[in-house]
Order: sequence, then C-alpha cells, then structure tokens
Amino acid sequence: MSELEHYSLTVNGVERQVSDAWIGESLLYVLRERLGLPGSKGACEQGECGSCTVFVDNAAVCSCLVMAATAVGTQIATVEGLNDDGSLTDVQEAFITEGAVQCGFCTPGLVMAVHHLLDHNDSPNEQEIKEALSGNICRCTGYGRIFAAVDTVISVRKGVSS
Amino acid sequence: MPIFIPSSLTEATQLLSKNPDAHLLTGGTDMMVEVNFNHRHPDTVIALRNIPEFQRWNIDTASGLVHIGSSVPYATMEHGDLAKALPALAEAARTVGSPQIRAAGSIGGNLGTCSPAGDSLPVLAALDAVVHLQSESSRRSVSFAEFMVGPKRNSRLPNEIITGVSIPITNGWQGYAKVGVRNAMVISVASVCLAIHDNKVRVALGSLGPTIIRCTESENWINSIGLANIDHSLAKEFADHVRAESRPIDDHRSTAEYRRHAVGVLAARLLLRGVQK
Repeated sequence: MSELEHYSLTVNGVERQVSDAWIGESLLYVLRERLGLPGSKGACEQGECGSCTVFVDNAAVCSCLVMAATAVGTQIATVEGLNDDGSLTDVQEAFITEGAVQCGFCTPGLVMAVHHLLDHNDSPNEQEIKEALSGNICRCTGYGRIFAAVDTVISVRKGVSS
Repeated sequence: MPIFIPSSLTEATQLLSKNPDAHLLTGGTDMMVEVNFNHRHPDTVIALRNIPEFQRWNIDTASGLVHIGSSVPYATMEHGDLAKALPALAEAARTVGSPQIRAAGSIGGNLGTCSPAGDSLPVLAALDAVVHLQSESSRRSVSFAEFMVGPKRNSRLPNEIITGVSIPITNGWQGYAKVGVRNAMVISVASVCLAIHDNKVRVALGSLGPTIIRCTESENWINSIGLANIDHSLAKEFADHVRAESRPIDDHRSTAEYRRHAVGVLAARLLLRGVQK
C-alpha cells in the first residue's frame, strides 16, 4: 500500500489510466472530463438528482459523491457500457417508445436506475418502482411516461422469458 | 496525491498515526458534497472501503447484541435479518436520501459526521448502542451518549478510527419517525426513535438540539404510569413532556417553534403505535 500518484479505474470492463488528477475529483468528473464518458450527467453535485447514477460493484450510486481515486479496484459501469456493442437496451428502447424522454438530461441516470431495479426484481409493484426511482429527479415528464416505460420493460421481459 | 486505501484495520490505524490530519472516508456521501462545493479541500484521505471487518455485521442472540461494521451501508439495514432485529434502524435507514445514497452512506460515516440530523443516531441513542474505536495502540468502546458531544462533534481522538457499533436487541416494539419538507430525499427537521424494552419506554430525538437528546424525564414519567395504562390523552401529555426536553433552534431547515410542535406529534404517534392503541 503506497500513495497513489496516478491510478487506474475499471470502467465498463476496460482498465483506464487516470493521471495528474486532484485527490478530491469525483468519479463523475473523472468519467466526463478525463475519460471521455459524458453519458453520466452532472447537475446538483450533491446526490439529490441522480442524473450521475452509475454502478460501482453492482450498486447504483451517485458518481458525484464517489471520490474517484477510492474506486480503484472496483467494477464501474456507466450508461455507455450497458450493451457491449453500444446498441440500445430494452429500457432505452422503452423510454423512446413510451415518450419518457423530453429534455433528456435525467435520462441516463434514470435508465441506470431502471436497469438496477429490474435486474434485481423482475416484477416490482408500483411502490417499489417509485421508491427505486425516488433518487432520480425529472423536471419535464411528470414521471408518468417514465413509469409507463418501466411497465413496458416488465411486460416485454416477461413475454420473452415465458 | 496522498490517498490511501488500506486493506486491513491494522494498516489503517498505522496510516492514521502517521497522518493524523487525514480525512477518514467511507461512502463519501457527506464529504463529497463539501468537496464538490469547494467547502473542503482534503490533502490526505484514508478510504476505509476495503477493510473487510468494516463491511460485516452479525446478530449474536447469545449476547443479545447486533454488531454493525462501520462501512455497512444503509441499504443493508433496510431489509432482511438486520431489519428484523432492529426495526427502528431499518425505518431510519429507509428515510436516508435516495437508494443511491443508501447504497453508499454508512453507519460509520453517520457517526463520524455526527450531525444532529443524522438519521441513525437517535436509534443508536434510544437503543443504548456502544461505539467501538481503535487506534494503532489501543481500543475502546464508548456509549453513544459519551460519543456525541456536540453538533458535528464527537469524542473520537485524532488517531482513532470508528470500527463499528454494538446495538442491544430489545424485547419490545421499536420505531422511528421523521418530519421533513417532503417525503423523499429529505434531511430531517425533527426525528424521534422510541423503543420499548422490559416494558419500559426509551425516547431519543434528532434535529432537536446540539446533540441527540435522550428524554430521560419523559421516560421516567411514562414508565411510572405503566405501558398498560397509556391512552390517547396520556400520549398527549407524553408529547408535552418530550417537547419540554427538546432544545430546538431556528435554522435554514425549520423554526424552533415548528420543531417543538412536530416532535410532540411524532413522540405521541410512536408511543401509541408501540402500545398498539
């Protein structure tokens, strides 16, 4: 164990080098400004809005509140890496078909939150859905279209698997 | 860039002895807000996320204690066996921030920050929890009441690391209630934990004074009456006793007057829930 002068992060399965970074840089900042991954959005930078949601070791967290250098050795997943080939996931498709995207700023965070919910619970009830998305603020849609998109994914996944 | 990620407690305490000004970091959900807004510029950080025993918890029925390591996140306390053993802690955990915050924020961080609004703290006070601290050369355990000494001030020495808490299991009802400006993602304006053990009530208040307040006068008053006799009118009197023990202030989140009103409502509500009336 020694001091870190520079470090590497594993993002979407790829090891990425971060050098000459300030100790206090958030994971959000490092992802966007140093690693060229601007999918995660920065809005409140205090964990209120959820637009920066990423997975760290499969936990959905606000990347603005993760000190980037402490994420060494973890598996980080961002919205860019949801599908290996860069194609849209079923959640992203459902957001489009249900009109759950207006300005789009909250969308990457919400897509991550919905994936996290449905990957752990294939048939959440209304309250579970609302609680799971309670950390993601959308100022455009009024959430109705977003819940419709979640319902669509649930039924499509059930239809495919049955 | 001095950032350390020790993989054992021994290594962590040694690093802290050599770097007594280092910031100890668990989930980061408090500290990174200050860093992001340029209110804090850490020079040296010791991140405690990789210390295995900090991520463990267990329920020891023989000793009647639940032990929770410092880095155990709120998300773990919300469900399952931990929630069954400590329902009030589960309720408090569920009110913290958002799912994203609860996946990162930990009980050790809540104790380290020691805000009067910290949601786990009234629970630890009401349940007579003990906080464990370790330095390079020694280890000690202090009651929560001795641990928290003021707003964002605790009795942790500069060379000590909070390793976890031990929380006695109670044999009666326990619950947590909180008032904020909205339902989700809110810092408490007033909060109460009420627990019943051996048919005796214990009450602790959050956001109602410089520290978490244990309402010993209110407890003695209600316990002298006896749980079996509690009705709605006595619950109202209980509310007034609790209000008299609170020490609220006006600040950016609320007024002392509203807090004093709210804490009585919450305390009476929890008492009636506890005796199922």
